[in-house]
Amino acid sequence: MKRYPSLFLALLFLIACSQGNKKLPILGEREPISKEIGGKMVSDTVYQTIPPFSFINQDSSIITNKTFDNSIYVADFFFTSCPSICPIMSKNLLKVLDKYKGNKEVKILSHSIDTKYDTPWVLKKYATKLGVEGDQWQFVHGSQESIYGIADKYMVYAKENSSAPGGFEHQGWLILIDKEKRIRGAYDGTNDEQVSQLMSDMDILLKEYH
Amino acid sequence: MRNSLILILFICVIVLIIGNACQGEEEIKKAQFFTNGKSLYASNCENCHGQNGEGLSNLYPPLTDTSFLREHQNQLACFVKYGITKPLEVDNRKFDTKMPANNHLTNQEIAYILTYIGNSFGNKLGLISTEEISASLKNCEIVE
Repeated sequence: MKRYPSLFLALLFLIACSQGNKKLPILGEREPISKEIGGKMVSDTVYQTIPPFSFINQDSSIITNKTFDNSIYVADFFFTSCPSICPIMSKNLLKVLDKYKGNKEVKILSHSIDTKYDTPWVLKKYATKLGVEGDQWQFVHGSQESIYGIADKYMVYAKENSSAPGGFEHQGWLILIDKEKRIRGAYDGTNDEQVSQLMSDMDILLKEYH
Repeated sequence: MRNSLILILFICVIVLIIGNACQGEEEIKKAQFFTNGKSLYASNCENCHGQNGEGLSNLYPPLTDTSFLREHQNQLACFVKYGITKPLEVDNRKFDTKMPANNHLTNQEIAYILTYIGNSFGNKLGLISTEEISASLKNCEIVE
């Protein structure tokens, strides 16, 4: 220690900083705007947000973007008959649900990309078998156009492709959305480490509101 | 008299050695099937059935129910190759999620996979040979 006081100090500084008020980045496109406040021109940034939506959930109720007001949420794209990455994503989302069970500020939104087969009834069966009850985790059905359209807004690739396992090609991202509908993180839903990262980032994000 | 006793003893020893060698051969084969099966399991089965064969809730059955595996041993190849559409009772629970077919797997590969499953997760079914797989696949119940 005596030989490297500066190194020791630097290390201390680094530890102190990483313990500080960490904030998550805001992802997606951004646009600078200028607006007039009290006669002065002030520049601000408009961030990419998730546009309004309306889908039908596993209980055949209509849910909209308003359902997620006042909560942060994790969104993903999957389908119930998916033989590839979805089971692992669902398993990992179960961990997220377990950690935040009953927390009204945390929700999960899973969009089915198999819009023909995954009717609300099929989604309900899937949720029940997975052991998911209540409305904290929403499984939604929508038209192909609306689901694939919103996938773009979450920056997740999803397309029908008969040569892919199960007939659909998609990415396994878990997308973290804040209360302002901005994208605050993207995590590989099949990777345990990234899922742990998601959960610690959710804690950081929740602190922003307290 | 003494000579014939020695001869009998000698023959016994030879038989034992040969027997052991054969068993050793089967052990080696089992180990080889097991290793190959492990990587095939990871790419074909693990997503649903889990790294430790634990399954997923009531969605995908676990592969830890040894008595189920034993009772259905001659149908396991059919399950892997053609999938499952009818409900099954595993681990005292009912499962009715459809299992997809795996037509791309060869009989050899199915033997690897089943030897791996059959000797992991607390199961001890021993070597499941390619010949056994071929025989089982001739008697698959075709469910429409």
